[in-house]
Amino acid sequence: MTGSEYWMVWPDNTAVSVLVLLLVAMAFLYAARKPVHHLIGSLGFLISGPLRIGARWLLAAANDMTQRNKAVLLAHGRQEVGQRIEREFERLGAMVTRDLQGYPALQRKLLDEITRVEEDYKKCGEVPPPPPDWVEAVTAMANVKSSGNEMVQKVLGEINRSVTSIHDKALADYRRAYETRHKILEGFMPFWRSLDKTMAQVDKKLTGLQDSTAAVDGHMAKYEQINAKTDKAEHALTVSAFTQFAIAFLVMAVASGGAFVNFKLIALPMSEMVGAGDYISSSLRTSEVAALVIIFVEASMGLFLMESLRVTHLFPRIANLNEHMRHRMMWIALTLLVTLAGIEAALALMRDMLISDKQALLHSLATVQQAATDSWVARIPTAGQMLLGFILPFALAFIAIPLESLIYSTRTVGGVLLAGFVRALAFVLRILGNLARRLSRVLINLYDVVIVLPLLIEHLVKAPRAPAPGKSRRGADAEDLSKERS
Amino acid sequence: MIQRLFLAALLLVGTAVAGCGDSRSHSNAVYMLVDTSGTYAQEAGKAQLIINYLLGTLTAGDSLMVARVTSRSFSEKDIIAKVTFDSRPSQANAQKRAFKDQIDAYVKTVRGTAYTDITGGMIQGAQFLNETGAGTKTIIIFSDMQEELDKATIRNFPISLKNIRIIAVNVVKLKTDNIDPRRYLGRLEAWQKRVEGAGASEWRVINDLERLDAIFSKS
Repeated sequence: MTGSEYWMVWPDNTAVSVLVLLLVAMAFLYAARKPVHHLIGSLGFLISGPLRIGARWLLAAANDMTQRNKAVLLAHGRQEVGQRIEREFERLGAMVTRDLQGYPALQRKLLDEITRVEEDYKKCGEVPPPPPDWVEAVTAMANVKSSGNEMVQKVLGEINRSVTSIHDKALADYRRAYETRHKILEGFMPFWRSLDKTMAQVDKKLTGLQDSTAAVDGHMAKYEQINAKTDKAEHALTVSAFTQFAIAFLVMAVASGGAFVNFKLIALPMSEMVGAGDYISSSLRTSEVAALVIIFVEASMGLFLMESLRVTHLFPRIANLNEHMRHRMMWIALTLLVTLAGIEAALALMRDMLISDKQALLHSLATVQQAATDSWVARIPTAGQMLLGFILPFALAFIAIPLESLIYSTRTVGGVLLAGFVRALAFVLRILGNLARRLSRVLINLYDVVIVLPLLIEHLVKAPRAPAPGKSRRGADAEDLSKERS
Repeated sequence: MIQRLFLAALLLVGTAVAGCGDSRSHSNAVYMLVDTSGTYAQEAGKAQLIINYLLGTLTAGDSLMVARVTSRSFSEKDIIAKVTFDSRPSQANAQKRAFKDQIDAYVKTVRGTAYTDITGGMIQGAQFLNETGAGTKTIIIFSDMQEELDKATIRNFPISLKNIRIIAVNVVKLKTDNIDPRRYLGRLEAWQKRVEGAGASEWRVINDLERLDAIFSKS
């Protein structure tokens, strides 16, 4: 018997040996069925239990985080909308003061003009006196038949003459009266125009006021929604925070480009001040760090300037300063910024001089000498660098605004992303826990598959005295499982 | 409690700031040996080109020394010019101009010597380079690498070139090398074995003067 055949019951017959061993193993496995089932089940629960607890805890933490995020978001939104409403009211107040303070005078003017127009209108209504009553007598006389009487004819002729002259006079009076009325009506025109203009002014101002009040109404509605802590308000604020974050990030990226250009402008000349041979790390020179420090100081001064101008609100201490101190701080920050800008312009000039010197040296070292160019064109880059060195610090000062947006929106965006991540982690843990439990059940079933033969015999033996219908093995298994689960 | 934490944080920041300076030297030190023996003295113009290249490449804080290889080169008298550039770039440029003038003056008066003591020059170069404390130390040997010593001169002992890069430049072929190239290859191989045995960090041969940038490139 060789070393590898020690397990064979019949060394000459491998198949029989395997079969016998299998049967023996099956018998042992059948005997150990219940404890093994319990062991596998317990192992499954041992793994899945902590995972499920962890998942539940993470989910609770995520919910807590979401609630806290919501509270912070709504508080920030309330503050922001409140400030906006405050500003709108201020604007409205200024508009009312500006536009409506002259309203009594305007009203008096309007009333005067209307009174005058009314008076003129009344004057227009005055018609010339009607023809005298004797006209009727003349009409009666005209109806008298003349029958050729000379006396009557003479009287009639006289009457005709008198009437004609009176008619002419009356007609002239009428014409004069109409002429006067036309003149009055013509005199109406400037008053109407003035009236129309005044009314248009009033209309425009009132429309502007109406628009502003509509904007205030919109903000107020938003404010009310935030106060009511509605999901709509939360969603709107979250979307707004994401948009702000993206915009602020983009602007900060652009500003970083500006800062890099600034750094390139002053890094070389800084080596003239702090030396070019000192290193902070293997690839970072002290002069480069000094240049970075200058840029950061400029950005800080810009930040303080914006704070003292109340454009940003990153430092409550600065915002709470009294007006006198705030103004003083603003002037100090501005002065320092201007000084640093001046230094940068000088450094930019020095950089150009150093590069020119280096170029001259390289030309002198080269075999072929290059002709010197001293035209005004060669001075353009120098002037450009100096200008850039002076302007960039001021441009960098404005990064305080996107920085503030970025800081505030990062709280919301980070909170939302973190809550999402924690939820995803909880989901993964839950899946792993379920997987462990299911796997334990699969292993139990697999175990039963291995000992299928003794189980079959057990089934055949127990079949005649089987319990009531519906209480099958499967049902018993389910019961076992439910017990285990509980 | 908060005050204690603040003090601890301050202490940590202070320690970090104090420890963040890199104490290692990042400067370069180059010691160039110029062979002036025999007919090789005619190549001095090319040596000038290499020195000009070094002047253009080395920066503030670096050191440059140029010495000639004579019959016995282990002597300070053989140093033609040496300088450690100021940390201010403008001053460094002025020093480079002065250095160039010194070299130009030397090239005009160069004379050939009877023997060639490369080993002596290398020993002296190693000493000077170690004194500079530079981060990267390089000996450039402008020579045909054919060492010829008089009978009295003793150079067959172990030398130390630890952490020094050795670069042989313009190693021209001799007439005998043309007859049997194995002599040339064997000579270079022998030198390589000798400098690497002396602890040199690198051995390199640059014959194409258009590729001088390889002097400072890491292998």
